[in-house]
Amino acid sequence: MGTAPKTILVTGMCGRLGQLVVRELHRTHRVIGVDRRPFDRLPADVAHHEVDLRKKKVRDIFRSEKVDAVIHLGVMHDPRKSSADHHSWNVAGFAKLLGYVAEFGVKKLVMLSSSNVYGPQPDNPQYLTEDAPLLGGANFSDIRDLIELDHLAQGFLWKHPNVSTVILRPVHIVGTVRNAASNFLRLGVVPTLLGFDPLIQLIHESDVVRAIVHAVESEVRGIFNIAGPEPIPLSRIIERLGKPTLPVPTGLAKAALKRLWNMRLTSFPAPELDHIRYICMVDDARARHDLGFTPAQDLASTIEAVNWGRW
Amino acid sequence: MSELLPQARPLETLEDVARDLAPKVRETLDAMEERIDAFLTSVMGESFEERMKRIDLHLGAGGVDAFGMDPKWVKYGYFAAAVLYRHYFRCEVTGLENAPAGRVLFIGNHSGQIPLDAAMIGSALFLEGNPPRVIRSMIEKWTQTLPFVSTFFCRMGQVVGVPENARRLLESEEALMVFPEGAAGISKTYDRAYQLSDFGLGFMRLAIETKTPIVPVAVVGAEEQYISIGNLSSLAKILGIPALPLIPQLFIPGGQLPLPTKYRIAFGAPMFFDGDPDDDDSVLEEKVWTVKTTIQQMVNDGLSKRKGIFF
Repeated sequence: MGTAPKTILVTGMCGRLGQLVVRELHRTHRVIGVDRRPFDRLPADVAHHEVDLRKKKVRDIFRSEKVDAVIHLGVMHDPRKSSADHHSWNVAGFAKLLGYVAEFGVKKLVMLSSSNVYGPQPDNPQYLTEDAPLLGGANFSDIRDLIELDHLAQGFLWKHPNVSTVILRPVHIVGTVRNAASNFLRLGVVPTLLGFDPLIQLIHESDVVRAIVHAVESEVRGIFNIAGPEPIPLSRIIERLGKPTLPVPTGLAKAALKRLWNMRLTSFPAPELDHIRYICMVDDARARHDLGFTPAQDLASTIEAVNWGRW
Repeated sequence: MSELLPQARPLETLEDVARDLAPKVRETLDAMEERIDAFLTSVMGESFEERMKRIDLHLGAGGVDAFGMDPKWVKYGYFAAAVLYRHYFRCEVTGLENAPAGRVLFIGNHSGQIPLDAAMIGSALFLEGNPPRVIRSMIEKWTQTLPFVSTFFCRMGQVVGVPENARRLLESEEALMVFPEGAAGISKTYDRAYQLSDFGLGFMRLAIETKTPIVPVAVVGAEEQYISIGNLSSLAKILGIPALPLIPQLFIPGGQLPLPTKYRIAFGAPMFFDGDPDDDDSVLEEKVWTVKTTIQQMVNDGLSKRKGIFF
């Protein structure tokens, strides 16, 4: 995609996905990163501002640079931080960012949401479209921040027709990234819920990076589910990873996980168990047709990527 | 630190045991599978495998189709159903030539407390249909919350009864089985046997929208397999299940099995409907009424023709 070089501001640049996005973009575009964390082996032509999104300094960046596009990856979901901290960081930070995008005439906004905002439910249609309600927070409160950001971005999408806003909702990302799904699949023995084996959609991190880059460079605006290769039952993923499973009755698993969580022995909150009980799958037809994005990695290489991020 | 070690050990050994055991379990299962396959062919004849091969399954790289149907499970499921179909319920089928190739909605009367009627209709289309079909039924959302049951239904190609799923299946030219009476139909008490209860309108909207022919199906014989004398609906509500029928035979040893009634399955001529799928309910009701009376008439015909319940 040969497009004119742009100045792109990336929030949450120092996360694993952020680093990959920056490395992909910095050769063709000017990249400015905003992140409180340090960046390991930062490319020399990337400017890094170690500031909090909520600080006034971010406004100065927008004032002094002519930013063409903003990629928002800076969503914090550390389940161990207090929810008040999260909320302020995530919602206040993003609201400020949206303000700058409108004020300084930024033409493109890409926000990375997640398919988890729909939430696993027993009565989910097999493939959820972008119009499905975001019910992910019904049982699992930690996703509520992301849902709120998604809604903020949607509001912005409709209120500002001159900004080409894109909301990406990828399925479970695997690779070097650290998120609940890939951490779960990296366990030595993978616990499952006895008698449940939902279909799962995974996507390779390189495909997500491609989708983000594609969204930045295209003129299209809207909300897009981003899926990887074909869905596969959870048990088959674990089988292909060559790992033993430990099927646990649902009631027992919930009770045990609650105890472990309270004793701070696990990073998996009990309501997340619904993800290995019910389906939460998306229809990515809109991304394929309107955005022109199709995943490049097949199922085998996507599953293999789970092992990349082993500690 | 030393007090912590003994706690860590049991978990580790459990992991080791699971890791050692997993390949052995898989080996045993694989060996069993071969023997079951040989047994299956000897009982059902070569034609069973032949029919399985004639079905276009649209499998993905994950070994299942888009809805989680797994040909292995389908094979064993249909094997079990075929035994019931031929030797237990001794099904007598008429009008199979009415089942078209391509997209079709089979609409039937629901009866018998457990959905063996669906299994027998499915067996008829698989074992005697030309070409053989694997039907997908729309199942109660509630079944998704049950361990094993949810996995079994999913691998057998059954899908949760939401319109999005039905539309997607019909658009990919699948055969869909719908019982518009729903749970109220299957849990009828014996005094209301063979009297069709209220039909939902959803299937008609779907048929019009996707231009799908409706094939009416009447099953006679299933009502007598379990005689229900009442329904503890308030207790069912407390337990969160659709119905709790009172079936005296369950308390007699051996009575847990359905009575070996003779099933008579009739497929009627395809019906075509057009118009606006978003029409007023009263317009749709009229069309639904046509289908319902057709099925009721077919059921009545079957009842008047049969000489006995068991033969």
